[in-house]
Amino acid sequence: MGAVINRKRRIPISVGIILIVFTLGGCDLGPTNVEQGNREQILHLGNGTEPQDLDPHIVTGVTEHNIISALLEGLVGENPETLEPVPGMAEYWIVSADGRAYTFFIRETVKWSNGDPVTAQDFVWSWQRMLSPALAAEYAYQLYPIKNARAFNKGDLLNFSEVGVKAVDSKILEIELEYPTPYFLSLLAHYSTFPVHPPTILKFGDMDERGSAWTRPGNFVGNGPFKLKSWRLNYIIEVDKNPHYWDAGTVKLAGIRFYPIDNIQTEERMFRTGALHATSTTPSEKIAVYQSKAPHLISISPYLGTYFYRFNVTRPPLDDPRVRLALSLAVDRQAIIDSVTKGGQIPAYSFTPPNTQGYFPPESPVSYDLEYGRVLLAEAGFGGGEGFPVLELLYNTSDGHRRIAEAIQQMWKKGLGIDVRLVNTDWKVYLSRTNQLDYDISRAGWIGDYPDPNTFLDMMLSDGGNNRTGWRNNDYDELIERAASLADQKERYQTFEQAEMILDREAPLLPIYTYTRVALRDPSVKNWFPNILDHHPYKYVYLQSD
Amino acid sequence: MSKIILARILQGIPVLLIVVTATFFLVRAAPGGPFDAERSLPAEVVKNLEKRYNLDAPVLDQYVDYLGNLVRGDFGPSFRYPNRSVTELIATGVPITFELAFYAAVIALLIGVASGVIASVRPNSLQDYLPMSLAMTGICLPAFLLGPMLVLIFGIWLEWLPVSGWGYSPGDKILPSVTLGSAYAAYIARLTRAGMLEVLLQDFIRTARAKGLSMPGVVFRHALRGGLAPVVAFSGPAVAGLLTGSFVVETIFQIPGLGRFYVQAAFNRDYTMIMGTTILLSCLIVMLNIVADIFAVWMNPRLRQAK
Repeated sequence: MGAVINRKRRIPISVGIILIVFTLGGCDLGPTNVEQGNREQILHLGNGTEPQDLDPHIVTGVTEHNIISALLEGLVGENPETLEPVPGMAEYWIVSADGRAYTFFIRETVKWSNGDPVTAQDFVWSWQRMLSPALAAEYAYQLYPIKNARAFNKGDLLNFSEVGVKAVDSKILEIELEYPTPYFLSLLAHYSTFPVHPPTILKFGDMDERGSAWTRPGNFVGNGPFKLKSWRLNYIIEVDKNPHYWDAGTVKLAGIRFYPIDNIQTEERMFRTGALHATSTTPSEKIAVYQSKAPHLISISPYLGTYFYRFNVTRPPLDDPRVRLALSLAVDRQAIIDSVTKGGQIPAYSFTPPNTQGYFPPESPVSYDLEYGRVLLAEAGFGGGEGFPVLELLYNTSDGHRRIAEAIQQMWKKGLGIDVRLVNTDWKVYLSRTNQLDYDISRAGWIGDYPDPNTFLDMMLSDGGNNRTGWRNNDYDELIERAASLADQKERYQTFEQAEMILDREAPLLPIYTYTRVALRDPSVKNWFPNILDHHPYKYVYLQSD
Repeated sequence: MSKIILARILQGIPVLLIVVTATFFLVRAAPGGPFDAERSLPAEVVKNLEKRYNLDAPVLDQYVDYLGNLVRGDFGPSFRYPNRSVTELIATGVPITFELAFYAAVIALLIGVASGVIASVRPNSLQDYLPMSLAMTGICLPAFLLGPMLVLIFGIWLEWLPVSGWGYSPGDKILPSVTLGSAYAAYIARLTRAGMLEVLLQDFIRTARAKGLSMPGVVFRHALRGGLAPVVAFSGPAVAGLLTGSFVVETIFQIPGLGRFYVQAAFNRDYTMIMGTTILLSCLIVMLNIVADIFAVWMNPRLRQAK
């Protein structure tokens, strides 16, 4: 009896399940973000991790750059293709013959998003804030080319009026530099030099207070092409067009939606289903698939960054340049790019990426040359790898780093007959160990702050905080300091070349490849040009489906 | 009864104190600090930052200060997100993680109890083997595999459901809830089956059947209450597991819940945020275990008398 009832009941249940499945299947998900966005000129972007903050004087990351460059604008902007400085808040400027004095003329019409005029005093105030020791701005050194800026930031100088930045009147800003800095205009396109709205900062705290509420939606006052609409933590940041922007006529987008997506697989899936116009990166195993099946969706372009290994030169046998060169000569960069990273990276034999604002590193003594590597290793007393200690290769936990380390481990084993042990730790442990020189060989990456060789080469100054190899060379230090004093670009680049030759010869670093940006992008995104900083001024971007 | 509850709550306090203390010193003992970054900072900047966050004081003083603030309900500012307090970060993540855990628990209970009961009614038949082998599969499939598989099938191939989000487009809560709930559904199915089998063999069930009661009547009116005892005992740890284990699902589906904050905080050495989330989750686990104990007593009169 019970069994009979059971059987009768089971029929409606299964019918119910089928019905639910079909209603779900039939339910229309509506237009995708991309379809809807193209109609309304709303750009949907994958943007890496959750931004730390939106205060241009506090943050340091790329994800923050992407949002802040929509909300604020500096004295100069960037040409979307070449990154050449173009007029921004300043309509024009005059540079003195010795390259040490700049006069900026700020547009009469520029306004903050609340309607207040943008003045020269706003810049002076903002830079005083940026350089205040109590604000502890990590990027304060971007302003160090300005006279006395460094002393003020270190607390040695207390009177800001002695720093080389003055408002002649509300629209004229005079800047005096410590030394000629040919890339100074590029620095002014970096968010750390952007102005903030003084009354807004003071409304929510002191000038040099970290983390006040001024960057919240509703509070934020900016001067960029967009204004902050909403900010949901770990979910979305929405910006809409700013009608007070001086060049609002050029801005075609009605808004941008930034999604912090820390899982790159999720980001790719969102792109595939039309939730994003563009991703911030691409899983390496998907690159080949897109290249063969949907080449119009993937773009690969060189990026101003170098992937390299550091040698701890304070530990034998790595204190011997011959050993370091031998290790470098035995790495087949092209093979790593072809079968591991697969993102069209460029093999690197020098630290500075080629064509960094017209600078090319001199020919390096390093190439893929096993024979020479073996000879050098034998000269150093380790013929055939005999007697070579087992070194540790340190990297921060990540699949990509692991695969490259494994490939190089193999190359050294096969080519030179030496063993290395791979050690991975989490990011903070890795940083702490490299800072304390508690490693033999460690992986590293360096992304330039501005398009100039100096952003790479000054890393290796003997007392540079980012040197982290224990390598010291007085000739090198002198050349880098000399380059800083030169106004003539050609002479300056030649000086950099000499410095770079020392670096190549001494090999405290093992350059592996120049980064590329591999991103997925819907063809409806127009005026989005590849460039070495991966900057895409949004005021020029628009959406049009073909 | 109230005595038991009071005793359990009092037992929870030293547990929490130990958790707070251990976490406080362990995170500070881990190599690397909250302000270590790829670009090393000038010494002055580091000093300013440490002063701002009271990291220049001796560790014991920091500990005493922290406990003092904690008693006043102040978790401090987040190190990673300078314009947010830990309380605010937790307050934005908690409701979402709770909602996700709630849907997952409902799914787990519905599917788990139903298939467990179905299997137990006819042991060692197809009606038993089918749901139980499904349950075994559910236990074996980790969320980081099941989630992307479900997304591939329902999001990308069939285009029925969104592949990510939470409350952003209709139906985007279904896949994450199912992914999170399925492993627990599988456990619950097996526990229900075991519990039911034990009860169904007992004399009072035979009596009920002999009196002419139908099988569904027996199951629902008599057997279920006893048969679900193991499930109730399991539910405390299970809910705790749903709440603390949502990180993987939150990452796969781009959900702004507490789990993502928790794991990011650990990687970033965001000391205050690690403390805040750890304290919150340990409170929850202690509480849920107390609730599960009370339920167990309520459902089984023998336990009540024993105490």
